[in-house]
Amino acid sequence: MFPLRLRDVRFQPNGRKVLDGIELELGGEGITLVLGPNGAGKSVLLRTICGLLEPTAGQIDWGGGARPHLGVMMVFQHPMMLRASVLENVALALKPHGVPRVERRRRAADVLDRVGLLARASDSARLLSGGEQQRLALARAWVTAPRLLLLDEPTASLDPSATAEVERIVREIRTDGTRILMTTHNLGQATRLGDDVVFMSAGRVREHASVQRFFARPASDEARLFIQGELPWRMNF
Amino acid sequence: MYGLAATFSDAFALLSTFDHRAVEIVSLSLRVSGSAVILGTLIGLPLGACLAVGRFPGRSATLVVINGLMGAPSVVVGVVVYLILSRSGPLGGLGMLYTPAAMVAAQTLLVVPLMAAIARQIIEDTWQRYAEEFRAMRFTWLQSVTTLLYDCRHSLLVAVLAGLGRAMSEVGAVMIVGGNIDHATRVMTTAIALETSKGDLPLAIALGIVLVAVILVLNAAAFAMRAWAMRRYG
Repeated sequence: MFPLRLRDVRFQPNGRKVLDGIELELGGEGITLVLGPNGAGKSVLLRTICGLLEPTAGQIDWGGGARPHLGVMMVFQHPMMLRASVLENVALALKPHGVPRVERRRRAADVLDRVGLLARASDSARLLSGGEQQRLALARAWVTAPRLLLLDEPTASLDPSATAEVERIVREIRTDGTRILMTTHNLGQATRLGDDVVFMSAGRVREHASVQRFFARPASDEARLFIQGELPWRMNF
Repeated sequence: MYGLAATFSDAFALLSTFDHRAVEIVSLSLRVSGSAVILGTLIGLPLGACLAVGRFPGRSATLVVINGLMGAPSVVVGVVVYLILSRSGPLGGLGMLYTPAAMVAAQTLLVVPLMAAIARQIIEDTWQRYAEEFRAMRFTWLQSVTTLLYDCRHSLLVAVLAGLGRAMSEVGAVMIVGGNIDHATRVMTTAIALETSKGDLPLAIALGIVLVAVILVLNAAAFAMRAWAMRRYG
């Protein structure tokens, strides 16, 4: 599956350049944070890698092989919650893997324990708080032991304590050997979690560097202004 | 005025004494309509879910047909089933005409489009919110359909109730394929029509009271169940 290479990937519905020639290479380990202003194409990039959107042009090379049917998972900013228990919501993700029902529930309970939700396993998922629902969504992805996990702003609208808990879980998932690609607007989170940063604007990757280098010596004025919170709105397009 | 009061009094007397004619008719009605709704649920809800999730050539035309059949006159459905089950029809050899089985078949045909159309609408709304995550989890089409049916189970009670209401209240189809034969195929609606025309109003009113009561009780139960589900699952 790795290295994952995106070569001149474009997503241009009706001629609108949402992704405009993405060039990116990801190795098999670590956490990559995708940063950039609103409308930069971060979420679309994740959806394209996940296979939810088909690129208009370009290639995604999965380490020389075909796109893996399983092994890539995505967690969304507002994860869906079935009208079912917390345990059932996690076990759900193992259905496509052909895991027997009893085994699905056992594995779901294990992962719920790791995200601190085992005590709420029989509660309704829809009655959890926003932070708990996001931990459930991470558990749902984690239970499948993905090789690549795509996280689309998983801590947006969470309070600092819930954010810290999500970050702890993300680190644990990485420790388990999962490659993580995550979008965020939280620059502090990028420095805490990330190994490297992909900076995007206007549908292009402007910079791909280690976290330390990106924040210490951004390669472009655009990235510098973004870090300082002074990127003018007009430059987003 | 006295006549009307006496008629209602006689009707309640029939109910309170569990008049054997009334009990027999109510029992057959519940069995026929209950069977039709069970079959309608097994066919209509998955069909609705398939239409909600599936994208195939002719889908729009199928939706138009299903929605159109929701309001199909029951006498027309009765005639169609009659032609199929009559001795010269394709299933004439089964000898089903003028039996409760024929009435179940006719009522099933009546409720399936209604239940499928309502289920399709409910499930499609949910599918639009879940589709991306299901695809991200690599759900197959069948896994999506079964999971959506499970997730919408409480809302789908509306479809089941609508089907039950349609089945229990229709008179045309069961009259044509059942024949309204005493002790054999007489159900509440056909009995009410017959007894009213004969002037035996107490039995007609007694059956009418039972019919309305059954529908009200089932609706109340469904309402309570939905309220419980909202509290339990959000």
